[in-house]
Parts: sequence; C-alpha cells; structure tokens
Amino acid sequence: MLTSLYAVLFYGATMVLVAGIAYRVWQYSTTPAPLKIPTTPAPLTRGGVAVRLAREVVLFESLFKANKWIWLFGWVFHAGLLLVLMRHLRYFTEPVWGWVVLMQPAGLYASFAMVAGLLGLWARRIFVPRIRYISAPSDHLMLALLIAIGVSGLAMRYVARTDIVAVKAFFLGLIYFDWQPLPADPVLLIHLTLVVALMVIFPVSKLLHGPGLFFSPSRNQPDDARERRHVAPSLTTPLRAEAGAKR
Amino acid sequence: MVELKIRQPVPGEEIPDPAAIPALVPGAMAHSRPYLASPEHQEAIGFPGELVDDWKERAIGKLGELVANSRALRVYLDTCVKCGACTDKCHYFLGTGDPKNMPVARQDLLRKVYRRYFTFAGKYFPWLVGAEDLTEEVLDEWYSYFHQCSQCRRCSVYCPYGIDTAEVSMAAREIMDSVGKGQKYCNEIIGKVMKFGNNLGLQEKAHRATLEDLEEDIEDETGVAVRLPLDEKGADILLVTPSADFFAEPHIDGLIGYAKVFHHVGASWTISSYASEAANFGMFIGSQDNMRELMLRIRKAAEDLGVKRIIFGECGHAWRAAYNFLDTLAGPFDFLDRRYPVPQHICEYTYDLIQKGALNFDKSLNDDIRLTFHDSCNVSRASRMGDKPGGQYEIPRAILRAVCNHFYDMPADTIREATFCCGGGGGLLTDDLLELRIKGAQPRMRAMQQVAQDHGVTHIAAICAICKTQFAKVMPEYGFEMDDVVSVHQMVSNAILLDGQNTGGEEDDEDGEDGAERAVSGG
Ligand code: SF4
Ligand code: SF4
Repeated sequence: MLTSLYAVLFYGATMVLVAGIAYRVWQYSTTPAPLKIPTTPAPLTRGGVAVRLAREVVLFESLFKANKWIWLFGWVFHAGLLLVLMRHLRYFTEPVWGWVVLMQPAGLYASFAMVAGLLGLWARRIFVPRIRYISAPSDHLMLALLIAIGVSGLAMRYVARTDIVAVKAFFLGLIYFDWQPLPADPVLLIHLTLVVALMVIFPVSKLLHGPGLFFSPSRNQPDDARERRHVAPSLTTPLRAEAGAKR
Repeated sequence: MVELKIRQPVPGEEIPDPAAIPALVPGAMAHSRPYLASPEHQEAIGFPGELVDDWKERAIGKLGELVANSRALRVYLDTCVKCGACTDKCHYFLGTGDPKNMPVARQDLLRKVYRRYFTFAGKYFPWLVGAEDLTEEVLDEWYSYFHQCSQCRRCSVYCPYGIDTAEVSMAAREIMDSVGKGQKYCNEIIGKVMKFGNNLGLQEKAHRATLEDLEEDIEDETGVAVRLPLDEKGADILLVTPSADFFAEPHIDGLIGYAKVFHHVGASWTISSYASEAANFGMFIGSQDNMRELMLRIRKAAEDLGVKRIIFGECGHAWRAAYNFLDTLAGPFDFLDRRYPVPQHICEYTYDLIQKGALNFDKSLNDDIRLTFHDSCNVSRASRMGDKPGGQYEIPRAILRAVCNHFYDMPADTIREATFCCGGGGGLLTDDLLELRIKGAQPRMRAMQQVAQDHGVTHIAAICAICKTQFAKVMPEYGFEMDDVVSVHQMVSNAILLDGQNTGGEEDDEDGEDGAERAVSGG
C-alpha cells in the first residue's frame, strides 16, 4: 500500500517535473526577441556569450558584483545542492559509478553547507527590511521546504538511520518497473514526501529560474547590432517608404 | 513649487556615500505622477484619447500580447527569485527611500497582475505568491511608479538573470497608453517629431535661421567661416543630433564642437530639417511602432539627401536606439557606404581623427576647468562605441584627456557600467516630476561632490542631451552652478585650433558676455 502510494507519487511528480521544464523551455524558445538588448559591455560573439553565461552559472558573477552576502549564501547553497544531488546518484545506480563513490565524503559536508546557505538566505529574508518587503509567503515557504528536505536527509544519516539498502532497492525498482517495498520509516517518508512536493512545485514556481538565465536577452545576446542586422520575427508589417505618412 | 529637504553639503564636511542605503519610507513617493496626456496628444500617435471603459480587459489583453511577443518580458516576469540583489541599485530608491522604487518591487507591480491572470500559481493561490487583481488602485500605482523609472538598466547589471526593469517599465507604459492613460511629456513630444521632425517643434525656416546665427557667432569668435549646413544634397555625412543641440546651453556648444571638427578635416556633412531629431521617445513608452515611425524619418532623410554615412550627435537614449534598433526597425541601410559602421557616434568620429593626429588642440585653453565625466546610462549599459566592449567608456574619456589637462573620474562604483543615472532619463525630464528628478540625482551629485572636494573638480561633462538639461536644472540643489555641466564636444570646441583661427586675447572684447561667464563658472 505504502509502496504503491509512493511509487505512484514519484512517477507522477517526475512527469510533472519533466513536462513542466520542457514546456517552459519550449515557451521561451518560441517567444520572439524582437530587439537587441544585451546589457553592455557584452561579448561581441556567440562564443563570448557562452563564456559570459558560464561565468554566471558557475560563479554567479553578477550577484557577486551586487551583494557579497547574498552571493555567499546563494552560491554555497547551490554548490551544496549540486554535490548532494550527485551523491544521491548512488541510490539510483547499480553498480554505483566510480566518481560517485569518490565524492561520497564531499557530498556529506555539502549537505551541511546547503542547509547553512539556506538558513543564511532565510535570515536575510527575515531580518533585512528591503528583502522582507519584497518577499511573498511562497518565498518563505520554499526556503522552509528546502531546509526541511535537507534536515530530514541529515537526520536519516545522523539521528534516525534508515534502511538505506531497502530504499535503494525501492528506487531501482521504480526505474526498472519492478517495485520493491519501501521501509515505513517516518523520517524517510517525510523526506520523500517533501521531495515529491518540491518536484511538483518546481516547474510552476520561481524555482525554475535556471532556464531563465539562458533565455535572458540581456545576457544571452552578443553585442553585434552594427555587424549583423538583427531581424525581428514579430515585426511583420512591411516597411513604409514614406515615413510619417500614416498619421 | 515642491518643497525639498535636500541639504547642500557644507564645505569640508564629509560627503555621504553616493550608494548609501536609506531606511525604507513606504509611500514616500506615492504622490509623484506626471501630467496625463490630453486626448489630442494621445490620438495623434495612435492611442485612445482617454481611459477606455473596458480598460481592465484591454490592459490584461495587452499584457498577454506583450508577453507573447517579447521573450525578455516573459523571462523577466517569470524568473525573478526575489533574491534582493537589485534592491539597493536604483538611484530613485537611494534618493527617496520609497520601497516601491526598489527595482524588484517596481517589477512586482506588473508581475503581481501577470501572475494573477497568466500563471497557474497566481490563478489558484494568489495570496501565496503575491498575485493581485488589476484594479483602479493598481493602475494608479503603475502610473506613479513606472514613471519613477528612468529605464537606466543599472538594476539589470546586478541581477543574476539580467532582469531589466527598464523593459518592464516600457511594457507597463505601453499598456497604459493602449488603454488611454498616457504621459503628456513623452506623447506630446513624439507627436511633434511626427509633425515637425524634432522634439521642439522647430520648423525649417527657424531652424535655418538658428544655424545661420550660429555660423556668424563662430566666425565672430574664431575668425573662421565654419559652416552648419542644412539639407545639403549630396553631402557625405548626415548628422542626426538631439534638437536641444540647436538651442539649449550647454548643448549648443557641443554642436559647435562637431561643426569645428567637420570643418577642420574638410568633411562634407549636413543636418536634415526633416529628421532634425536624434531623440526617440518611442523607446521610453515601449512603443515599437512609434519608435520605428521616427526612425523611418531618418532613413528617408538619408535617402533623399543621398548621404553615405549617418553620424549621431551627443545623446544617450538616441544612441541606444540608433546603435541597437535602427538597423532592425528601419534597415537595411544598403544604400550607405558600408565601409563605415551604421550608424556612427560623433565621439567615434572625433576619436578616430585624434588617433590619426588630424586635429590640433591647445589643452591649456581648458585650464579654467577641472573636469569629470558622467557616463550616460544608455551609452554605458545599452550600447557601445568603437570595436571593443567598453569602448563607450574609453572613447569619450580619451577625447576629454586629449583636450583638457585636468580630468578626474568619480568613484569607481559610480561610473562606467555602475554609473548612476542623472535622474532625468527615460521620459522623466519634465517639470511635473521635478521633485523626483532632484531626489534621483542624489547619488550622482554626491559622487560629483566627492571629486569636487578631493580634486577641486568644477565641471561635469556629458554626452547626452537629457543628462545635460537635467544637470543644469538640479545641480544648484547640490551646491553647483547650472552651467557647471558641459558637452564633451564643447571641450573639444574650446581647445581645437582651426587653421586661420584668431589667437586668444582679443576675443574677450568681442564676446565679452560669454567670455565673462566662462571665467566665472570656471573659477
Ligand atoms: S532601470 Fe534604473 S530607474 Fe528603472 S528600476 Fe532599474 S535602476 Fe531604477
Ligand atoms: S536581482 Fe533579479 S532576481 Fe534578484 S530580486 Fe532583483 S530582479 Fe529579482
């Protein structure tokens, strides 16, 4: 019963997540960008733009320029999350990939870093009046959700250990459509329920901000307006020879 | 007149950090709003005369249309994570403390409506994500706060996703225009350009007379017959410059500077009476149709006059529009000589000549001036000069260093890509927004006060007609004189040595008034 419930939840959530992201990416890529609006100074070539975007993704360059505290907490959280997700690959692969085994210890520290980063961001959201002013309830709830996921995960490791072999069997079973029983361990169930919630909320919320960067014209356009005529797909009205004739 | 509480610094007193973050004062600027456009001005440029009955439905429809047609707007409205990085980047927030002048809060005024009608979360859980119905109060708030954004793009530099509040403001103004709630200043001016070719409503005859008077003035002063040609067919270069260059100080001295440079190298150039305006307020109201209409005038003038190149004079947003949008909206310009960039900036032109050693200067003629340079927003963050990124910062400075001995930059976090707006850009350069303009100029003015204190700077040079007018107006509020702002090409004009030019001394008698004024403001 429990197993089927969570199996269905995870299948559903995965579908929502994948379809949601795909829809958003499709929507962005089919919406025209009629004018050249890179924030300058901007790279002059596509290659340069790739480097600019890479710096934004890896280093959070603009955020670094803007505010060192937000940058620190935000970067630590995202880097921690990345390592934690990579570490979680061990529950979905058999045999576990070599590099995932190697990074195991880093992944553990990363989970603390992730929670610490989130707490820092939340503290700023609560105590800095400017940021409190711009926060909606959902902004607080999403931080709470992420922190709860991190803390419940840590609890399974350091407080109430769970039968991790059985958990892995459950997820491999989901992948190979050969369901295996899920341990009825409260902390585990809390962790998994929150993850399902996150997967469903992700595509319909600000959490899906990653693709936004790649489609942001102020960041992804090269500064080459004089070298290459930017053609505006949404401007279909033909050129009038007589300017001002319309009115 | 509005009452202002900005205190001028006492000499020797420590000047506050230009970027100092104020305490939040909710509602501090809620009363600020520009005059509404009259039905006549609205209709002249294709908008309903007054607020239509079904404004709400139409506004929501227009928002949907804009989002579907602008990847920028869609991405910006979706992507903000409310990280707060932009909250202290807007000069209007720094100058007023009004939280709705924080860029993200300004965007939220539109975003909350977008979420309510166009997103899953906002449709079903509005209270959770801060989504709100479009009501009359919301519309009024739009009108107030989207006219407190000079579309300077400073916030977009710092946002991790490059979210550009300028785009959001343009969209909001476009929506308001489309339901009949337009702004008088911008819409009236656009109408004038459609009719007369320039923001001033200056007609050909008067235009010609003005230029002839100027030619006489230059000849009186220098003894050289420098020409300001109008509508000369077959000229090589069409100069498109903001119309303020034809009548306002210090703009006009910039125009004289361009003319002297052209004269000195024997360039064949002309101004057009049909396209006698570089400014394009269509951009400020987010109206591509109007922007294009104004650009087509420039295209037509270039074709009719048979020129080979187009050069733009000193104007910030006009350079953005020309550099980034002209080719897209009014191109292609195959009939021009493609060995030159289309379009070119007058600073690029002068800089090239300086590089080639084609101009002679006596820098000491500017020794009464200790100068700093104001990077105009639209030049700094929305365009380029030269062939390298950042040329828009280096080229004007290189020109100024070539023509004057005393040049000092303002603090690094207030110039180049981090430059603070003059406070009057984006269609806000109107007296009904004077309080906002003065307060919004505060970060820039504090930075200037710092170099005045540290290096004895007396003047600020600008390459934008709006910046120049704005500074002339607000500088007295901050302890400077209204003529402490100069054009970049005014500095060129002061120092350039034309062939056959009178040498100093005797000018003073002939041109006593102007000479005396310079001496005072320089000392
Ligand atoms: S574009 Fe400039 S004026 Fe507008 S919100 Fe951003 S910083 Fe403020
Ligand atoms: S910096 Fe960008 S993402 Fe952060 S609050 Fe401002 S607009 Fe939103």
